[in-house]
Order: sequence, then C-alpha cells, then structure tokens
Amino acid sequence: MNAATMHTDKIEANDLSVFFRQAQVLKRVALKVPEKKVMAVIGPSGCGKSTFLRALNRMHDLVPGARVEGRILLDGENINDPRVDAVALRRRVGMVFQRPNPFPSMSIFDNVAAGLKLNRVKGNHAEVVERCLRQAALWDEVKDRLGHSPLSLSGGQQQRLCIARALAVEPEVLLMDEPASALDPIATARIEELIHELKARYTIVIVTHNMQQAARVSDQTAFFYMGELIEVGATEQIFTNPREKRTEDYVTGKFG
Amino acid sequence: MNGSLLRRKAVNHLLTGLCALMVLVALLPLVSVLWLVIKNGAAGLSWTFFTALPRPVGEEGGGVGNAVVGTLYIVAIACAFGLPLGIGAGVYLAESRNGLFARGIRFTAELLAGVPSIVIGIVAYGVVVVPMKRFSALAGGVALALLMIPTLARATEDLVRLVPGSLREASLALGVPQWKTSLRVVLRTAMGGIVTAVLLSIARVAGETAPLLFTALNNQYWNLRPDQPTSTLTVQIFNYAISPYEDWHAKAWSAALVLLLVVGVLNLLARQMTRTRLKGAR
Ligand SMILES: Nc1ncnc2c1ncn2[C@@H]1O[C@H](COP(=O)(O)OP(=O)(O)O)[C@@H](O)[C@H]1O
Ligand SMILES: [Mg+2]
Repeated sequence: MNAATMHTDKIEANDLSVFFRQAQVLKRVALKVPEKKVMAVIGPSGCGKSTFLRALNRMHDLVPGARVEGRILLDGENINDPRVDAVALRRRVGMVFQRPNPFPSMSIFDNVAAGLKLNRVKGNHAEVVERCLRQAALWDEVKDRLGHSPLSLSGGQQQRLCIARALAVEPEVLLMDEPASALDPIATARIEELIHELKARYTIVIVTHNMQQAARVSDQTAFFYMGELIEVGATEQIFTNPREKRTEDYVTGKFG
Repeated sequence: MNGSLLRRKAVNHLLTGLCALMVLVALLPLVSVLWLVIKNGAAGLSWTFFTALPRPVGEEGGGVGNAVVGTLYIVAIACAFGLPLGIGAGVYLAESRNGLFARGIRFTAELLAGVPSIVIGIVAYGVVVVPMKRFSALAGGVALALLMIPTLARATEDLVRLVPGSLREASLALGVPQWKTSLRVVLRTAMGGIVTAVLLSIARVAGETAPLLFTALNNQYWNLRPDQPTSTLTVQIFNYAISPYEDWHAKAWSAALVLLLVVGVLNLLARQMTRTRLKGAR
C-alpha cells in the first residue's frame, strides 16, 4: 500500500464476510471507496447490498445472530477492532434509509437537531439546522414551519429531512440505502441533485436498484451478486465496458 | 343477481342496526350509574363539601376536603413508585425481548395483574404497616403502586414494541447510544399511548377501596405526613355507606360524585399537559 492510496481511500474493506447465524450473506468482499467520491452499489435484490452498507457503520452489532469477519478500514483504522467505539464511529459514518424515517414525536427543527441534542453537543443549533436544511435543499420549503410535525411533509421532503438530520452530526461518510426508491420521479431528481452537491464534502456510498440512477450520480460502481463482489470500477466502465459477463447481463437488463 | 344484492343490503342494514343496539345496551348501565350518582349526590355538593373536614354524625355541614387531598396525596405516592418502575419494566421487557429473565418478569407481571386488589393490600400491610407499626399514607401508596406496576409494565411493553424499528435505527445511526435511543427516541414516540395507559391506571387505583382499608386506613383530619393514617374518598365513601345514618348515606353519594369529578379532572389535566401535539401531525 503506497502513500497515495492511503490518502485517497476513505474506506477500505478487506476480506469482509457477514453471517446471519449459519448463512453467509457477504463473501470475502474487498472494496475501496475513494474520499469525496460517490460509490454506487448495485445488484439484484437480496445480493447483500444493504448488508454491506450496514457493515460500514456497524449496524450489525445490534442484530442478534449477525457476525462480521474481516477488516474495514476507515482512514486506515480498522472499525471492527473491539476497541473502536461503535457509537463514535456512527457519528463519523452517517446513514440514510430506504424509507424516510423522521422522528414523528419531534418537530422538523428537532429532527435535524436530534443528533446534536441527544448527544448533548453544545453550540448554536439554529445555525446548524439552517445550514443542514439548506444543504439538503429543504430550507425554503420548511423555514416557516420548523415547529411543525415532520409527518406534514411529503415523502420526498421527509427523505431530505432525514438527509439533513444525518448531515447535522457532521459525518465524514454518508451511507444511503436506496434513498429514492420510495419517492416519485421529481423527488428522486432532487435527491440526485443533492448527492452531486454533497460529494464536495462527503464520501458517499449509495445502494440503488436503479441503473440510470447509478450512472447519473456515481463516480464508481460496485456490482454485487449473491453475496460476492463481482466487479468494481469507474461507473462509465461498468456500464459500457464491463469485464465480467454477469455484470454485463445485469446492467443490460438480462436479469435482475 | 339483483335479488342477492338486495339481500346483502338488507343483511348489512340489519347487522348495523344490531350493532347500534348493542352499543346502547352496553352504555345503559354506565349512563344509569352516572345518573344515579348525580341525582343522589348533587344535592349535598357545595364548596364547603369540597374543602371542609368531616363533621360527626348529626351535625350539619362538613365535607370531604381531607379525603380529596388524601386521595390525591396517596395517588401521587403511588405514582412516585409505580410510574418509574412500571414504565421502566415495560421498556426493559420490550427491549430485551425473550431472554429468560425477561420471560420470568413478564410471567410474574401477568400473574400479579390478576391478583385481587385486597390481596395486594394485605401484602402492603405486611411489608409496610407491620414493620412501621402504624397505618400510613405510605402504606396506601405502596399498595396502589403494586396495583399499577404490572398493568403499566405490560401496556408499556406493547406500546414500545409498536414503535417501528426504523426509528431506533435512525437514532443509532446518528451515533446515539442504545440506552439513550430507548429512552429519548423509542419511549418518547410511544409516550402518547403510555400517558393514556398511565391515566387509566391512575383512574383505576384512585377508585380502589379494599387495599386502602388496612393500609392508609382513614383520618378525620388533614394529613400530609407519609407516616400517618390518611383519609381517602373511597374509604370515606365506604364508611359513610355502611353507616346506619341517613345523612351519612347522602354524604356517601356526594363523595362518590366528588370522586368521579376528581378522576375526571385528573384525566383532563393530564391530557391537556400532554397535548403538545405538533402542528400537522396525523
Ligand atoms: N437480519 C437478518 N437476518 C437474517 N438474514 C438476513 C438479515 N438481513 C438480511 N438477511 C439476508 O441477507 C441477504 C442479503 O440481504 P440484503 O443485504 O438486505 O440484500 P439487498 O439489500 O441486496 O436486497 C438476504 O438473503 C436476506 O434474506
Ligand atoms: Mg436492501
């Protein structure tokens, strides 16, 4: 490993396997995510995309029967080391889920500030909330009703709220698990625009079912199939000139 | 074709009518109880009745002021013990799912919920009254708390389990520790339902007599000391009702009406306090 790759790879998974009880769902995956780039993860349903993503912020810790093997380096440090505090790690590696999941008992404002308030971070929360809502391209739509329930927002707005909430804890990496799959095309386009803007500051790993979306938003694409990483490369290469037959079959829609 | 449609419509109307009838039948006893209490109790109701101490038999006037305060006081003691323990146990049960210990607690709670309240009173008598060598508000509060805990724990468990796992994940993904996620996100989301469960259990224990008879006993005077016998509306009603005196019977009705009012006001207050519902919430 030379100095240059150490510097530019934000995440490096080595020999990563995940088991749910007996079943091995992820098989010895090796993958590098460059810093401040967007990596798309594609593959048929059930191939382990979410499982891979959730390994990156140790969400599997909380699933009974789940076991993670191998190393995941974040800035060169193995996050699966038992000495690493998973709670602190999750502040560095934020996550946006498939279905918008704002906290229904909190106002729009409190949703964005939730990470700060719950972790007792001092400072000007109003400023942070405005900045994150602006970053999530939601500020103009909600600035006059910050005290309202998040459930008064549309699905697309709720998802952008969840993105703002994730940004407020100032993560370095943003994991997005099919963030637009429950949204209409217009809301989806907004989220994609947003990803383009966020890439200047964050390293993003996004799972998507939608091939066009992967092509539009990502710099690199990883194709998973039945728990294995089949191929990873520049997005353009994966879509126009894949090395593997299975990748080609999948991106051209022969199966999926 | 047309005939079967008509038949279906007829059956539909018939069943709807039957259901409405059932509702009326079910409401009848409830309404008649309310009516009876109001009819018999309203006459004796006055500001003095709410605020004054009871008078000996034969004397005019007097009231149940000390019993109103005593009921609130003992219910407050019961809440001080019962709410944290009941809700805490419920959260624990919901979070730890099916460990052996959790199953044991759940089984115990179910068993306890079915124990007659007078037996709970005997337990409080043995645990608090006997060692302290006196009847006391504390003993009454403990008895009522013991009644609250199992039902509250089970209700809380069910409500916490209804909170979608996606909210828990959202919180954890923000780097919020698990215990804080349980308390500040999951429990908070379930709070609306839990408040209702708490209100129901308060209303229930405020109306208990049997477990107070030999714990808090009764008192003809004001008392806010936890180690002294304390008057409560229910025990006062009981005493008035079993007495042979006409004017005490009237007082029993009025005190019953006061009890209904107190429980009603408690309900309204708590509802108002928790009505911080956000605008636009569905
Ligand atoms: N908590 C779990 N317990 C057991 N099996 C699971 C669990 N989560 C996922 N799996 C299994 O792991 C496989 C991969 O799931 P997932 O990563 O969610 O797929 P994808 O996101 O690519 O659709 C599936 O076969 C799924 O059934
Ligand atoms: Mg998935």
